[in-house]
Amino acid sequence: MTSTDLTGQQTAAPVDTVDHAAATPGLPQPYRELGLKDDEYQRIRAILGRRPTDAELAMYSVMWSEHCSYKSSKVHLRYFGETTTEEMRAGMLAGIGENAGVVDIGDGWAVTFKVESHNHPSYVEPYQGAATGVGGIVRDILAMGARPVAVADPLRFGPADAPDTRRVLPGVVAGVGGYGNCLGLPNIGGEVVFDETYAGNPLVNALCIGSMRVEDLHLAHASGVGNKVILFGARTGLDGIGGVSVLASDSFSGDETGSGRKKLPSVQVGDPFTEKVLIECCLELFRDRLVVGIQDLGGAGLSCATSELASAGDGGMRVELDRVPLRASGMTPAEILSSESQERMCAVVRPEDVDAFLRVCAKWDVTATVIGEVTEVSEEEAARGGRLEITWHGETVVDCPPRTVAHEGPVYQRPVERPADQDELIADTTEALARPSGPEELRETVLRMISSPNLASRAWVTDQYDRYVRGNTVLAQPADSGMIRIDETTGRGVAVATDCNGRYCRLDPYTGAQLALAEAYRNVAAGGATPAAVTNCLNFGSPEDPGVMWQFEQAVRGLADGCRELGIPVTGGNVSFYNQTGSTAILPTPVVGVLGVIDDVRRRVPTGFGTEPGETLLLLGETRDEFDGSEWARVAHGHLGGVPPRVDLGRERLLAEVVIAGSRDGMLSAAHDLSEGGLAQAVVESALAGQTGCRVVLPEGADPFVWLFSESAGRMLVAVPRSEELRFTDMCQARGLPVTKVGVVDPESDAVEIQGVATFGLDELRTAWEGTLPALFD
Amino acid sequence: MRVGVITFPGTLDDVDAARAVTTAGAEAVPLWHGDADLRGVDAVIVPGGFSYGDYLRCGAIARFAPVMGEVVTAARGGMPVLGICNGFQILCEAGLLPGALVRNSGLHFVCRDQWLRVENTTSAWTTRYDRGAEILVPLKSGEGRYVADEATLDRLEGEGRVAFRYVGENRNGALRDIAGITDERGRVLGLMPHPEHAIDALTGPSDDGLGMFLSLLDTVVTA
Repeated sequence: MTSTDLTGQQTAAPVDTVDHAAATPGLPQPYRELGLKDDEYQRIRAILGRRPTDAELAMYSVMWSEHCSYKSSKVHLRYFGETTTEEMRAGMLAGIGENAGVVDIGDGWAVTFKVESHNHPSYVEPYQGAATGVGGIVRDILAMGARPVAVADPLRFGPADAPDTRRVLPGVVAGVGGYGNCLGLPNIGGEVVFDETYAGNPLVNALCIGSMRVEDLHLAHASGVGNKVILFGARTGLDGIGGVSVLASDSFSGDETGSGRKKLPSVQVGDPFTEKVLIECCLELFRDRLVVGIQDLGGAGLSCATSELASAGDGGMRVELDRVPLRASGMTPAEILSSESQERMCAVVRPEDVDAFLRVCAKWDVTATVIGEVTEVSEEEAARGGRLEITWHGETVVDCPPRTVAHEGPVYQRPVERPADQDELIADTTEALARPSGPEELRETVLRMISSPNLASRAWVTDQYDRYVRGNTVLAQPADSGMIRIDETTGRGVAVATDCNGRYCRLDPYTGAQLALAEAYRNVAAGGATPAAVTNCLNFGSPEDPGVMWQFEQAVRGLADGCRELGIPVTGGNVSFYNQTGSTAILPTPVVGVLGVIDDVRRRVPTGFGTEPGETLLLLGETRDEFDGSEWARVAHGHLGGVPPRVDLGRERLLAEVVIAGSRDGMLSAAHDLSEGGLAQAVVESALAGQTGCRVVLPEGADPFVWLFSESAGRMLVAVPRSEELRFTDMCQARGLPVTKVGVVDPESDAVEIQGVATFGLDELRTAWEGTLPALFD
Repeated sequence: MRVGVITFPGTLDDVDAARAVTTAGAEAVPLWHGDADLRGVDAVIVPGGFSYGDYLRCGAIARFAPVMGEVVTAARGGMPVLGICNGFQILCEAGLLPGALVRNSGLHFVCRDQWLRVENTTSAWTTRYDRGAEILVPLKSGEGRYVADEATLDRLEGEGRVAFRYVGENRNGALRDIAGITDERGRVLGLMPHPEHAIDALTGPSDDGLGMFLSLLDTVVTA
């Protein structure tokens, strides 16, 4: 066979076929360079009954990687399924195992959401890493048959003032904005957190929400012998091939296309315009019912799409790889199968619909090519895991059971051991740390806290994201949750929040994961939405470190047990391991996303004071002296030790119920979750959001430092119109929810007065809160 | 009355523009970039987004779309045309409006609630406003800095063709704080901020933007 090189010359490109593999069983293969262990390679040989071809080796190595196979996490993730009750499943239309979970939200609407990591590429190339992270999660949601309607990005970086953070953060933010803005998806939430453990390993997680009519969901499944396999979207190139290039240089094809070709970056390059067009094209294909099954091409590219589609369908598929449209010359079958070129989708289409399918693609100028078809498998083949045949100019280069590629990778029970220093860490509490005393020190502490990088305004970041496009954004940053209207007639909508305090998780990963869940749950409820489902992105260090595996196991158990207690299911998730620099792992960071449903977005509760003429400030929940792992301990003392705040999920549930009921009955004019930075932070943010002053009066005998800065969980600050105060406090008391009056909003005032402590002008607070990030990154 | 809303590949705010037209009480008619056909509409909106990806100069490719030939002809004949954000860039590229939009002076994409002062209340799209009124609408763009030579700027000012000006912060560095301008006859309006995102305080910072769509209704009905 021949191929065309960059100069247009026809060059011979010898290819490792199945026949050749069978004839050369002893040929050494660079499987170790591809990340496969000796026993994993032997298993592949046993499955195939011969050595794998280059193309097969490329497929197995990438699909059996940690990223694609979840080989270290699988045994732990099963716990999510084990703890999901029938009652919790009731509102789920699809769950774990699908591309993303799907929740029935009422009025005939289904919503799907998921969060994924793109951590490592974003360190290497911040802009493209972050951009393609957005692109990937959006295609995941699209592959469920849904229209993507919003995105949000939980981000974590090294210290805000570190030189490398100035390289990574602006690039990541520009990448998230550059891609998402051009796609026309509002960015409604997310996080920005700084901690030194993320210095060599930033976390770039991307979340997407999609909506569809309930009856359109079936699109996610593929089958039907004789149906055609169509690859559409961008052409396939050499980007994102990563390790597979060793196959070309070491074992087989030499340097047939000359110099420079392999030196493309391993981080993929995004083209949001192509993706936007691809989205509209897909939605038109769905609308016209031209798709039997669909899969996005993300990590592992065609290897993943063909093996998963075949495996999820009837088990048989034949693909002619030489039909794949390429944008580089001389690509080998292994490279084409491994390419992670962005903005591609793969669909299964009935033969009679192919013409109509191609017409829709032509309308949108989307390249679409029939590359294969669904084939029949014998019973014997089905038992082996189906049959995927891939040819290259008529010669077979892959002939394997697709289930063994997609779903039967290795599973490891990694050693788990509580870290030796854990007890020492817990014993090192904040008890002995010097606390501010007296009005002057407390005043300074308020200003120092609100201007610290983790508590300061995120506007420098979020102002680079379009939050308005599509015209359905009801709440967005800096609100506690992002909220999107789904049905313009009924006003039905969804809210989403993501949270995780890695410092709490480091002190106690079980409790820390529950605190992350509790905070996201609370944030959704604060807007007036009822929490309904959970997704997660579990970011951890190396699974080969028993201490990290202990953190992972504990976090999974904490999260799953917490979800059972709250009665909301985990509908999907993602695991990212190997987040560490040398032997130092990141803080365990199980980012938890909670989706809530609101029957009418017009009754959403804002964060800012001043929407009603007279408002009373109430603090819901109990304030305890809890400073271990707090933001104050970090800012004032650079300290991390002790035990995280107590978590009481029964109380969280009660708090949410009371706030949602208050919102439904029009008793609340503002609500703000209390978390990092405590009451002081919440008061300042709500006053600034509403550009309205207030007077805070702490209970008699209260320790102002504890009341202002403690991070006790299960609390919320609410503003209640004076006319509703009695009714609302009666409801709290009847339900057994502690409520404390902590002041009044003063619409005439442009100051926040904390009685007996200090008075701050709103301008002074705004300068302190808003100045930090621009000073660091402009 | 029928108001056309153009969709190019990469157009993003077409659904929002159509919603604004409907909210104002008119019928929104989708127009496709590849069709040289205005489908009998009374006015046209060129919405925001990234037409053809805007990898070249913003709007530079869109102006050659078949539908734009029709728009230019109709506009020269007096049809009201509104270009928002990318639409403003396209109208400048198409020669319907003078000047150009270049990279924000801060170099970042900026999305914020922006105060504007209404400077012109006689154009097809601004009769519902009071002169000097301040309105709050979202600004969201990376290349929103309006520039033109001094003589052009002086002429625009002299002829009362500066329709909106930024009040307070001018984050993109537009010359003379210009946010939007009209053509000589006051039928074509281009502006960077997004009135279609400010038609309902539920989903926008205000409903101040609705006035532009209501003004159009008055213009067409009284014509």
